[in-house]
Amino acid sequence: MNIMWAILSILVENKPGILFKITHLFRARNFNIDSISVGVTENPDYSRMTITTFGDEKRIDQIIKQLDKMIDTIDVKRLDEHKTVYRELSIFKIKLSNANDSMDVNKLANAYGGKVHDVKKDSIMVELTATPDQIKAFEELVKPFGIIDVARTGVAALQRSGA
Amino acid sequence: METMTGAKALMKAMEKEGVKQVFGLPGGANLPMYDEFARCDIRHILARHEQSAAHMADGFGRISRKPGVCFATSGPGATNVLTGIATAQADSSPMVVVTGQVAVNMIGRDAFQESDIIGMANPVVKYSFQPRTAGEIPEVVRKGFYIAETGRPGPVLIDIPKDVQINEAEMTFPEEFKIQGYHPWTDPDIVAVEKALDMLLNSERPIILAGGGTIISSAFAELQAVAEALMLPVVTTFKGKGAFPETHPLSLGPIGMHGHAEANKMMTEADCVLAIGTRFSDRSIGTFEAFEKRLKIIHMDVDPAEIGKNQTAQVVVVGDVKTSLRIMIKLLLQRSIKKTEESIWIKHVKETKAYWKENLKIHPGEMSSAKILRKLREILPKESIITTEVGQHQMWASLFYDVIQPGTFFSSTGLGTMGWGFPASIGAKVARPDVPVVDIAGDGSFAMTENSLATAVLEDIPVIVFILNNSILGMVAQWQRTFYDRRMIGVDQQHCPDYVKLAESYGAQGIRAQSMDELDKAIKTALSSDVATVIDIPIDPEEDVLPFVAPGTSLSEMILPS
Repeated sequence: MNIMWAILSILVENKPGILFKITHLFRARNFNIDSISVGVTENPDYSRMTITTFGDEKRIDQIIKQLDKMIDTIDVKRLDEHKTVYRELSIFKIKLSNANDSMDVNKLANAYGGKVHDVKKDSIMVELTATPDQIKAFEELVKPFGIIDVARTGVAALQRSGA
Repeated sequence: METMTGAKALMKAMEKEGVKQVFGLPGGANLPMYDEFARCDIRHILARHEQSAAHMADGFGRISRKPGVCFATSGPGATNVLTGIATAQADSSPMVVVTGQVAVNMIGRDAFQESDIIGMANPVVKYSFQPRTAGEIPEVVRKGFYIAETGRPGPVLIDIPKDVQINEAEMTFPEEFKIQGYHPWTDPDIVAVEKALDMLLNSERPIILAGGGTIISSAFAELQAVAEALMLPVVTTFKGKGAFPETHPLSLGPIGMHGHAEANKMMTEADCVLAIGTRFSDRSIGTFEAFEKRLKIIHMDVDPAEIGKNQTAQVVVVGDVKTSLRIMIKLLLQRSIKKTEESIWIKHVKETKAYWKENLKIHPGEMSSAKILRKLREILPKESIITTEVGQHQMWASLFYDVIQPGTFFSSTGLGTMGWGFPASIGAKVARPDVPVVDIAGDGSFAMTENSLATAVLEDIPVIVFILNNSILGMVAQWQRTFYDRRMIGVDQQHCPDYVKLAESYGAQGIRAQSMDELDKAIKTALSSDVATVIDIPIDPEEDVLPFVAPGTSLSEMILPS
């Protein structure tokens, strides 16, 4: 079994209860949700859900078919990550212990294109919008300082034009 | 445009859908709907438990292929319906369930008899609606019926808050409507059907496996035409039992955990299967890996999500199976294929079938399940409808009651709901009052919904309950004998109640049959009476259902009677 990561883009009717139905489907069918993000589209009648999940080819195929079968889903697509812009917003609250820590975290944040917020004597916040892999890498780098909290949005994704 | 209450709009919309009767139970939160029965032509059939009301609607739906309708109140009324909804979903039965709900402004406040039935039922409905304004009701009903009966059928729940039933609105009853995310039918791919046919023609030992979808699609004539033209043996799943006449020379009967010996044998020897309208349930095919390893699979199904779920097929035809089979028949005609000479394979199939007809050992007693069910078959007209409960009697019915006319055998095969058969038989009889309807029952299952006798008697729905009474939860007892060293825990019914007296107390006819002569008379008496009849047939509690494919094993590991 070859376990892979998949980004699913699901266009749904913008009605109450749909998020519940989608997550319930994942639970009932024994599928995994790695991350989920939901937002209204340019047309307020629809929302777009982006779900990332893991599984072998057969399993991901089943997830897509079961989602497609749902009456509330208008369109279900698996996005090719090489032809897709996908980003996640993360906010890190990091401990500052030494005088140099603030500068070091700042440097790392800059290197990853992050923004620094709320600099205090003993903590600093970094906002980073990146791919989940980059966020993971950043997390590893700031771990030695001490991570107080992390909040992540889940992936939002759109396929590139002509892809 | 007409101004009326939500409750009136509900009844009017259902009349437009052709609803003639509703099975149900009233309560506080659905009283406004119930009041409308006084002012419309829809018949109300009172059940004594909401689960039974749902099974009645389910039975009606399976036979008429139109959604059966059941009503229940909020809270416990709605939760009682859940098992009925799950049963209908597991067997793809068209049904519309209308529940009352507390008023909109009370939802979420833990009001009296409030339950979040939309949330609870979510995984077992095909779709659900909770109209928040009266004006939505006509369209909700139109869409609900459409969803329930199209594509792969299933149950639809409409949960209507009490104030929405009472409020008035300007109503329009739409003919046209749009459900953007619902595509119930796919046109079968002709090229795929052609590939399927070539694969069958190029296989040495091809076989047809007909599932429940064949019956739902009523593709009986098409299945028979394909089987005969290609001279293919036909096995079925248990849900597909009777998709093909079981008296036909090419019929081998159901495969599976308690399949016919000849069916399981030939299924495991085949090198290519044309699987029609089946989801390859574990009860039918045993372990998934062992099954698909052995042969090439052609999978025809209306539901794309069934493709690749349990088995990987080499050829896939998505679409209504009747349409797909018709395309295949057209190809057969174009190529003038009509096999007349028996292949080595088909000769082998027929020999195997003859061998097992002769050599399958049955219980030696006078009142063995085989003799009882063959007697029933012998007397019942071929168009009679059978429903069953769940347990040993159900599997004996599968083994020993041959379906002659396709589409006359129904059972809770997916969820395996004990207590389904009797209320379902009432629904079936309402759909087909012109034919005898018999619930083949066990004592344990019948006990679960026996109070539907009140409905059968008071509503004048004369069905026959045919109890193979071993006074034990027989299937559980069989597993305890087989896998738990005969430790019999929680199975003994101790001859309680007396089903003849029970029937009589409801005003039904109760007959006990303790010999084949008495049984013969009892069946004939039941068929000629105009009141519901319970035939209680005491049998040996030690009788097992055999053959038996133990759970988690493959069809080739079948345990046979010794």
